[in-house]
Amino acid sequence: MIVATIWHSLIAPWEQGIDRRAIFEVILLGLIGGTLGCWIIFYNLSYSTESLAHALLPGVVLAALAGIPIIVGGAVGLAVAALAIALAARTPAVGRDTAVAVVVTALLGLGALLALAPDTPAGLGSLLFGDVLGVSDTDLALAGGLAVAVLVALALLHGRLLLVGFDRLNAAALGVRPGVVDLALLLLVAAALLVAVQGLGNLLVVAVLVGPAACARAVTRRMSTMMAVAAGVAVVAGCGGLYLSYYAETAAGASIAAVIVGAYVVALGVGAAGRRVRATATA
Amino acid sequence: MSDAPLLAVDGLCAGYGGPPVLRDVSFGATAGQRIAVLGPNGGGKTTLFRTLLGELRPATGTLTRPARIGVVPQTERSRLDFPVSALDVALMGTLSTLPWWRRPGRADRKRARAALADVGLADRADRTFGDLSGGQRQRVLVARALVQDAPVLLLDEPYVGLDTPSVALLDELLARLAAQGRALLIATHDVDQARGWERVLCLNRRQVAFGAPADVLTRETLEATYGAEIVELPGERCVLPPHHHEHGHDHDHGAA
Repeated sequence: MIVATIWHSLIAPWEQGIDRRAIFEVILLGLIGGTLGCWIIFYNLSYSTESLAHALLPGVVLAALAGIPIIVGGAVGLAVAALAIALAARTPAVGRDTAVAVVVTALLGLGALLALAPDTPAGLGSLLFGDVLGVSDTDLALAGGLAVAVLVALALLHGRLLLVGFDRLNAAALGVRPGVVDLALLLLVAAALLVAVQGLGNLLVVAVLVGPAACARAVTRRMSTMMAVAAGVAVVAGCGGLYLSYYAETAAGASIAAVIVGAYVVALGVGAAGRRVRATATA
Repeated sequence: MSDAPLLAVDGLCAGYGGPPVLRDVSFGATAGQRIAVLGPNGGGKTTLFRTLLGELRPATGTLTRPARIGVVPQTERSRLDFPVSALDVALMGTLSTLPWWRRPGRADRKRARAALADVGLADRADRTFGDLSGGQRQRVLVARALVQDAPVLLLDEPYVGLDTPSVALLDELLARLAAQGRALLIATHDVDQARGWERVLCLNRRQVAFGAPADVLTRETLEATYGAEIVELPGERCVLPPHHHEHGHDHDHGAA
């Protein structure tokens, strides 16, 4: 009886209402966000990731207005943002840090202006917070392709990412150029943002790219297990967020972000308890 | 063991684009030699190492070096929060021996474990790098250079921060590596230790001296190397001024 009730509550959202594409989208997001997030954390790229996410908003909005896939618009938006940051950083009076802040704020403002203007079609506001329930087949296919590319690239680069993150100064002596590895990682982050932004929106995307990895870091001691745990946390939190959104009637993207934050708080507790147990065991 | 030099440097000047920070360096290293590289901080030891590694182009002079040179950095500068095991770190030495699309395989893992066994850490292969003692971390970094299979190793102040048992273990390890036919360049501030090695290279923005310890480690040479700051204690011990030991505190935790 209880089993039947639980089964029914698990199945109900998919039979009535929620598009099944949402769950594939959330799984793809979790796999990419969890694995890549581990490198984002250890390369101190959390802030850069957030900046890039904000900066690609105008491209995404314009793509939605023109009716082309928003991944394409996002890619153009990222290229424009990178170019603008490079140009602004060249101005002698403006430092690199300031250049990033100015360009990103300007682009986020421009994107919000476009998205919230009275004569833009209704629904564009959701680009700010994402619309995981509204992904099309094309969006999903593009996301799937990018996800495969990101995971294959991470597998190929694993040893190099590990070396540069661990010992950047001596990487060259071991046959690895840190600049090339940095660039590759940034390109992967950009690709992941393009996939994640349509599901979670510009303001919440960082949750899935940083949160699950931060959870995993608290409870694991090796990079590969950390990546596996982070991907698992991200997928479970994503699905949990969809249920939360269905039953509590909250926005899907925000619900996923909330579940990830909750998972992080739990992971911190588990990690602290684990360290205490180990300390007692070795004492 | 042949006497052909593994490393030959002739009339080398090097720097970072501006005027050279290191001039007139000429020396050779043959298999089986431990070469102490002495000099004050800022005397050009790091510049020499970066040039030997090919990261800096010599301004003038010639450099003949093997295809691979191993590097053993100071363990105090390594990231202790990074989620890697001793084996993971040793495996990093395989990257320069593999094409970019290949991941380390079973044979590479075996080689990395053998290198860890070589440095006396067979039972610590699966421990987290940051949890090891300073001496053990130093030996893991030596194992990484061994996996790289380099005939020449550059060691940057490997004794800094080690406790006495760790120093003895590292001494024994370096003697063994040299006996296996490698040449080791060891940056150090410890003149006493250098007396026991095969060659000494003194740098102070130029090459002050190079040769056997008995010929090089004289009062005049050391004063030219470090300035007239040498404190001499009875019994022929040379002790350097305190600021040369600024990293010399004992940071070692746990057993060696």
